[in-house]
Amino acid sequence: MAFIRKTKQFNWNRKHLLGLRELSAEEITYILDTATGFEQVSTRSVKKAPPLRGKVVVNLFFEDSTRTRNSFSLAANRLSADVIEFTQKSSSVSKGETLLDTARNLEAMGIDIVVIRHNAGGAPRFLSRNIKAAVVNAGDGYCEHPTQGLLDVYTIRKIKGSLEGLKIAIVGDIAHSRVARSDMWAMTKLGAEVTFVGPPTLMPSQVHKLPVKVSDSLDEVIEKVDVINMLRIQFERLGGNPFPSIREYSHYFGLTVERMQKAKPDILVMHPGPINRGLEIESEVADGKNSVILEQVKNGLAVRMAVLFLVNQAVMVTKEK
Amino acid sequence: MDTELLIKNGRVIDPANDIDKICDVFIADGKIAQVGKVEKNVQNVIDAQGKLVTPGLIDIHVHFREPGDEEEETIASGSAAAVAAGYTSVVCMPNTKPVIETETDVEYIHRKARQARKTHVYTMGAITKGLAGVELAEMGFMSQAGAVGFTDDGHGVQDPSVMLRALKYAGMFDVFIAQHCQDDRIAGNGVMNSGYYSTILGLPGIDPLAEEAMLWRDIQLVKKLPPEKVRYHAQHISTLGSVELIRAAKKDSLPVTCEVTPHHLLLTEECCSEYDTNYKVNPPLRNSKDVESLKQAIADGLVDALVTDHAPHLQSEKELEFLAAPFGIVSLECALGLFVKALVEPGILDWPGLIRLMTAKPAKIIGIDKGTLGIGRQADIAIIDPEKQYTIDVNTFISKSKNCPYNGWEVQGKVEKTIVQGEIRFQAK
Repeated sequence: MAFIRKTKQFNWNRKHLLGLRELSAEEITYILDTATGFEQVSTRSVKKAPPLRGKVVVNLFFEDSTRTRNSFSLAANRLSADVIEFTQKSSSVSKGETLLDTARNLEAMGIDIVVIRHNAGGAPRFLSRNIKAAVVNAGDGYCEHPTQGLLDVYTIRKIKGSLEGLKIAIVGDIAHSRVARSDMWAMTKLGAEVTFVGPPTLMPSQVHKLPVKVSDSLDEVIEKVDVINMLRIQFERLGGNPFPSIREYSHYFGLTVERMQKAKPDILVMHPGPINRGLEIESEVADGKNSVILEQVKNGLAVRMAVLFLVNQAVMVTKEK
Repeated sequence: MDTELLIKNGRVIDPANDIDKICDVFIADGKIAQVGKVEKNVQNVIDAQGKLVTPGLIDIHVHFREPGDEEEETIASGSAAAVAAGYTSVVCMPNTKPVIETETDVEYIHRKARQARKTHVYTMGAITKGLAGVELAEMGFMSQAGAVGFTDDGHGVQDPSVMLRALKYAGMFDVFIAQHCQDDRIAGNGVMNSGYYSTILGLPGIDPLAEEAMLWRDIQLVKKLPPEKVRYHAQHISTLGSVELIRAAKKDSLPVTCEVTPHHLLLTEECCSEYDTNYKVNPPLRNSKDVESLKQAIADGLVDALVTDHAPHLQSEKELEFLAAPFGIVSLECALGLFVKALVEPGILDWPGLIRLMTAKPAKIIGIDKGTLGIGRQADIAIIDPEKQYTIDVNTFISKSKNCPYNGWEVQGKVEKTIVQGEIRFQAK
């Protein structure tokens, strides 16, 4: 297809995108390159391409989501797929139908791709083992959010040219963040040095075994980094009382105008959204010249188009065999 | 009626009486009549040459789900599975629906076991009503009805004052108190061991401290009480820290015993990598250092019983997200082979050492007159082919549930015949 820029010959054969942990740097780069081609579709007057025509994509969302779900819907629409929205607040067994039964029912309707968001880590992997359709993870518990990780590295690469040698800080509730994990896998595979920043109460178990540096001082880290990704404080995920107050958290870990003065002038400020203005990030910074937050959202669309395109392609290749 | 049975030329292993020799066992009227060279003309003779003849195995930690979850297991199906695996006595946990917390509940278990007529089935009673950890259950009446001990298994008794009261009160009846050591506030909503794997899998973890903190606390409580009036048993210990606590307690000669399961000896947290819920178990699978420490503890004689914690669940219950699936593994029917793999093959235990931890020692914990081939005792016997290799196949299980992560494993050591009260209740095909 004309809009796919092939940098080098590569054979994509993954039918599912479950996480970035198992992807190679080459595979990640291939998705990013594919996304670059799709970015142009959105700039045309007719914002549509045909590769998923006649295919059915289900957005199977068991958790609240606005931007990820809309982004996937739009991505599927732009690729000419038919899209079913399936939203259920809770997937607990007590509600009756199990995840597997739900998926099998949808499959009986003849779907091709399931985009799933679920509160349980591993739910997409579980599904991929049990149904025939391609599965794309749109966020599972605090395991992974691969398309967010991809759009983050896509955004960085687009502006900085490459991730090789970049220093990147990811700040906030690392323990409960799927974004932090997917970012970590993608960024480190592409050659960046990642530092997790936050209070020890918000660090995951045995964080020292991960391929990252760890710091509890944003003030020390901010001077050194090329990119800073401010995670949203997700009150619904925080167990107990990991920090004494929002005020104290903001004091130590908020990205304030004052703190930004210590940063490199060309630092990229990122946030997966939605923003708690004034909590993890001050409005002036979120809307300031270093912020690429809306760029991330824009790139998310191209990345998701690329992912849907590639998993569908893998399905077609498998069928031909 | 044939009341005599002669088992000839087996390797008789009877750790309770320090016997390990090739000889015969003569059974009359359901009791052990003679062990040694038997020159008798008996109609029923079993040739046990090349086989082990041991006391029937005893598992002091099983869940047979009756009453309440009979679709998962019943006393009939569970004890049929047990007898096919060489077990002649099992101890059911009281976390059924309803909970075993009155003498009537205890009698119900016994009645079902009599009807099943497979193994001896004992039960423990709840320490607290409804396993809620607040009010003591009627331990006196339950022990009169035959409950062999008390536990809130599935839960730990959270409140130290309640646990202290339970330990004191049980002293009246010479029964043991067993604890599923888990501090719920530390464990939180964890579903696997807390560590590198829980982090990359994005699953909430259970810190080893949840187990160790409660075990440490309980040992302090035990120290407060007169040693002749208390017996404390730590169920399914799983961590290096717990091993060290047990080591120290035994060094101080405290009345403390403990047990270990096959999964904590053979599997690690890494097994959860693919979110296979057959590896979801509580206490969770830990890391290789914990596994090594448990093996060392067994080598050092710190462990008193090998148990399965046989916990049946239907496939439909386990076919869920890892977060939502229930905890539990079944391993009763392959337990012997698993323990051989974990302990005998690497040379940690010899056969008599293994059999001791599956017979005499657990019998002593629950205070029953079994696990021995002593003259005049009930003839509960397992005949084992120690060389027999086979592949574990869950489809051959008698148990109603197949939630067994060992499906397809090659193991060695298989039960050929199981004799309960002198009667052959199981014969391998």
